[in-house]
Amino acid sequence: MDKYIWLIPILPLAGFIINGIGRNALPKAFIGFLASFLVLVSFGLSIGAFLQVQHTGQFPAHLFNWFSVLEFKVSFDFLIDQLSSIMLLIITGVGFLIHLYSIGYMKDDAGFGKFFAYLNLFIFFMLLLVMGSNYLVMFIGWEGVGLCSYLLIGFWYSNPAYADAAKKAFIMNRIGDLGFIIGIFILIVFFGSANFADIFPKAATPQYATTTPYVVITLLLFVGAVGKSAQLPLFTWLPDAMAGPTPVSALIHAATMVTAGIYMIARSNILFTLAPVTLHVIAIVGLTTAVVAALIALSQTDIKKVLAYSTVSQLGYMFLGLGVGAYTGAFFHVLTHAFFKALLFLGAGSVIHGMSGEQDMRKMGGLRSKLPITFITMLIGTLAISGIPPFAGFFSKDEILAHTFTYSKSMYAIGVITAMFTSFYMFRMLYLTFWGKFRGTHEQEHHLHESPASMTIPLIVLAILSIVGGFIGIPDSLWSGHHILGKFLSPVFTNSAAILKEVSSSQSTEITLMAISVGGALIALVYAYLRYVKNAHVPVADEEERPALASLSYHKFYIDELYDTIIRKPLDFLSDFFYRVIDKLGIDGIVNGIGKGTMESSKGLRLLQTGNVGYYIFMMVVGIISILFYIVFKK
Amino acid sequence: METLTHNIQAIPLNHYILLSSIIFSIGVIGVLIRRNAIVIFMSVELMLNSVNLLLAAFSVYRGDATGQVFVFFIMALAAAEVAVGLAIIVMIYRNTNSIDINVLNRLKW
Amino acid sequence: MTVSILIFLPVISALAVLLFKNGATKHAALAFSVAELALAAIFLSRFVPDASIQFAVVAPWIPKLGIYFSAGIDGISMIMILLTNVLVPLIILTTYKHEYKNANAFYALILFMQAGMLVVFTALDGFLFYVGWEAALIPIYFICSLWGGVNRIKVTIKFFIYTFSGSLFMLVGIIYLYLLSPSKTFDLSAFTTTGVVDAHHQAWVFWAFFLAFAIKMPLFPFHTWQPDTYTEAPAAGTMMLSGIMLKMGIYGVIRWLIPIAPLGFQKYEGIVIVLAVIGIVYGSIIAFTQKDGKRLVAYSSIAHVGLIAAGIFGWTTMGLQGAMFQMLSHGINVVGLFFIWDIISSRLNTREVNELGGIAKVAPKFAIAFLIIVLGTVALPLTNGFIGEFMLLNSVFRYNVLLVVSAGSTMIFGAVYMLRMYKKVMQGETNALTAVFADISGSEKLVLGIICALVIIMGIYPQPILHISEAAVNNLVQTVNNKFVQVK
Repeated sequence: MDKYIWLIPILPLAGFIINGIGRNALPKAFIGFLASFLVLVSFGLSIGAFLQVQHTGQFPAHLFNWFSVLEFKVSFDFLIDQLSSIMLLIITGVGFLIHLYSIGYMKDDAGFGKFFAYLNLFIFFMLLLVMGSNYLVMFIGWEGVGLCSYLLIGFWYSNPAYADAAKKAFIMNRIGDLGFIIGIFILIVFFGSANFADIFPKAATPQYATTTPYVVITLLLFVGAVGKSAQLPLFTWLPDAMAGPTPVSALIHAATMVTAGIYMIARSNILFTLAPVTLHVIAIVGLTTAVVAALIALSQTDIKKVLAYSTVSQLGYMFLGLGVGAYTGAFFHVLTHAFFKALLFLGAGSVIHGMSGEQDMRKMGGLRSKLPITFITMLIGTLAISGIPPFAGFFSKDEILAHTFTYSKSMYAIGVITAMFTSFYMFRMLYLTFWGKFRGTHEQEHHLHESPASMTIPLIVLAILSIVGGFIGIPDSLWSGHHILGKFLSPVFTNSAAILKEVSSSQSTEITLMAISVGGALIALVYAYLRYVKNAHVPVADEEERPALASLSYHKFYIDELYDTIIRKPLDFLSDFFYRVIDKLGIDGIVNGIGKGTMESSKGLRLLQTGNVGYYIFMMVVGIISILFYIVFKK
Repeated sequence: METLTHNIQAIPLNHYILLSSIIFSIGVIGVLIRRNAIVIFMSVELMLNSVNLLLAAFSVYRGDATGQVFVFFIMALAAAEVAVGLAIIVMIYRNTNSIDINVLNRLKW
Repeated sequence: MTVSILIFLPVISALAVLLFKNGATKHAALAFSVAELALAAIFLSRFVPDASIQFAVVAPWIPKLGIYFSAGIDGISMIMILLTNVLVPLIILTTYKHEYKNANAFYALILFMQAGMLVVFTALDGFLFYVGWEAALIPIYFICSLWGGVNRIKVTIKFFIYTFSGSLFMLVGIIYLYLLSPSKTFDLSAFTTTGVVDAHHQAWVFWAFFLAFAIKMPLFPFHTWQPDTYTEAPAAGTMMLSGIMLKMGIYGVIRWLIPIAPLGFQKYEGIVIVLAVIGIVYGSIIAFTQKDGKRLVAYSSIAHVGLIAAGIFGWTTMGLQGAMFQMLSHGINVVGLFFIWDIISSRLNTREVNELGGIAKVAPKFAIAFLIIVLGTVALPLTNGFIGEFMLLNSVFRYNVLLVVSAGSTMIFGAVYMLRMYKKVMQGETNALTAVFADISGSEKLVLGIICALVIIMGIYPQPILHISEAAVNNLVQTVNNKFVQVK
């Protein structure tokens, strides 16, 4: 298997090149087939890799030396272990489903070939990100997915707002990337290498057991994760990223790319474990993001925006999990989230497709009968994300919350409340879309139709995964010894587990905790039902007055406006100031001043030349005499 | 030749120096106060020749011929200078119908 | 086979090009420059990548004054030769769609300038170095002042006087070193011998050379000639200036400034590195709101060169290797960007970014090339910009952890102004002006294709290029480090 590992990322790259070159020449059917097929083959190979990891543990694969300076070498190497093999499965598996879905979703788009080329390119970079055996290969993928995200958000770049959203995503990611790369620099100085295989074993040994550098390193790495995984304060790009086609939102901005931050931290878990300060920061940032994003999601009316904020919120959960030391739990949530969030996005895409491009939930309603498959699958997804057992989200979210409880009771309380919010806004979305009367135009109603099979099959597959996906991580309190995922991943987290003291609550406490969160979710569900179905409440139009708090939530706490005022405008002002005042007047003024000074002084001095020859001769004689005097009377 | 040398040496060197200085000063003053280019030119020659005289005198007194070589050198140079200088003056006269140097005040800035 | 063939071929070419009639001139110039590139390839194939100086030539020139025509190639020079000889044919190719008046003079000047720069990059004799330095300046002066934009005369005079006065300081420095050298020679190796110049005088020598190089690069605050000149010069002239000529300053720092005055460098390292970092942030921020495309690229170039300088002043093998690589990358990318703007302005007669928009829709091939070059410029991994930027930042990081944050802001700011420019020019809806924009064809396609290929290939497999200069750079760093005064 090791010999063919390089094929996993190369196949999508080949797809990118072929589809990229032939994007206008090749028939659409072929483009769609090729792109999906290559990812499917990668998926097959990933299964092979996964099985091999299961049998023999992790294994590396060497490709070529990328660049080197003296002893410092960066090679293009892959490392397949428990963590990356699962990520491989998610990326290629979910990726394949989304490719399949896109064939139907994008079939009328002029940029069909371009879209699949970009999608393949994204898969390539994402695979590099998770397969890299050192931080620099990871960084290639890290920035590469950012590029693809930029390209795909700006896919319909004719709309300036979309182009701006793409730009914003790239730049915000770049802010994080700077932190990431400086973190890598410190790692290189500290360990003399950027290879995982060199760093992690060393870090676990006692002579490297000083906290300070780890705090700095991990905080910087975390800055990278904050950018990529859309945490506070760099989360505003993700909702804007919904400008991209819906399959992109599902693949990049829900299932894979945005979870790269969690993957990276889980990968470097030993460093983070050695820096409890950072872990605490991560927990706080994660929790705050989860709450803020959930609050914003409560009042959004665009179906994709709701899902976007819910993604931010769920990512916050994952960071909370990492922060409280529940590495497995956080990663588990990455996995289940990939299923149900991809499902929800694709479902939303199916709704939008059926509604002829309408995204405003105020114009929807009563779609249950018209889009039955979409409805049922989305219902499953909503149940999963709300944490209702036995759907996938319940297990992973519960694991995070259980760890949070042992870490801090107040954090747990906020976490549960956020979970209630989640349940509320997700069911709000579901009710507004599928229950009640149709509120759109007559024309939309006329066109309303269930999506083609290439779109519904991925929905069904993902729905099944959202139902059963949680069973690989059944908590010990329910059925001891059946946390398959935990066992599988344990080699990755061994060193951390040795340091973190395992504080487990008693079985009864854990079951109580589960009951509380499930109860909370159910209450929110019921409340949403009463409000949006019984009372048929519909969010008010944009221009109408809202209560102060609702308005704050609806306007996303004015965070974009805040950034605009405190960062973008001052920088633009500074730019103008530097250019006009400092550069043109200041520095160039001095330079030109020297030139002008020379001219001016020559203007004065040349008046000495009167043009009178007698005067010249006189001055000459005076000169000669004074020189003579000087020489004679020098001493 | 011997007698000539003797005769020259009969006059004290101081007299030569004095004479040369007077001629030189006349030249300088002539250059400074006259406005006629030809006269100024002649004054310059006067200065040159006063130096020539001095060189010759010293040469004889010290019995060293080098000084006289220089005199010849200066005379040749003066001849060349006169040729060029007069040519310039002629050109000035043709252009301005005057050789008054105060008219030539455009040699400025 | 010595380096003199490499130097004199462009001179002969320049003279030969003068004989051609207008129509055929560009083909002749291209043919000659390609021949020069082929020659460089032969040199490269025979080059042994160790620290030694190869293909050396030493011929008496004015031996009574200790002046020799002494030149040679080591790994560092090899990179510079590659840069020059790859870019000149490309630049000549970019002019294919222009019809210049007196084209034979134009191309002869370009080739002559190439010769001057090759002298700079290979000279081992101070006098020869200075002659090459000025010989490269004179052709670009004529190129800018004869074929430039509206304000060309004023701007070019400023440029000339500015850089020329900088080089005079260097001349003084060179003569001073000549007088100090025991055997009265201009030989570089004599200048770098320990003990020739004491620490106090090294400080003066350092600033004399630094001024010349800092103006040429240009480094903040000696940069104000640069945006104006880049904007007013004809496209090919801008490319010659930004792609190759400014590297003369960087090369000078590596080859002359620091080896000659290591103690002066050690003393003032802090000041110059801070200047370089200020230049990075300053240039980037100004680039944010520039409306003229060429001027925007000019300011971005200040930022990029600032990073190269900062990496060098950090004085680590990695930083220098990064600088060598980044010089190549920057040369390629900046030529690409200026060519992009040349295409736009020759088609639409404007360089105002705000007047443009939506070009990607009507010219997809152009859009792809533009995007790839932009990505190279913002140093995305797997493009050529990343390798250099990574190593340079690493070098700055080893010098000072706080400075690297400022220097690293180029990663963010670069993305801001480049993507802003890309968005305003290429994305959005087309307007009346841009709707008729014709996609690239012929020579444009060839040039941009080559540039894009280089951007990606160098990013994926940089090792062969790094290998050329590694031994020479490491040797240089070690030699200079041994001369530093050990600080307690």
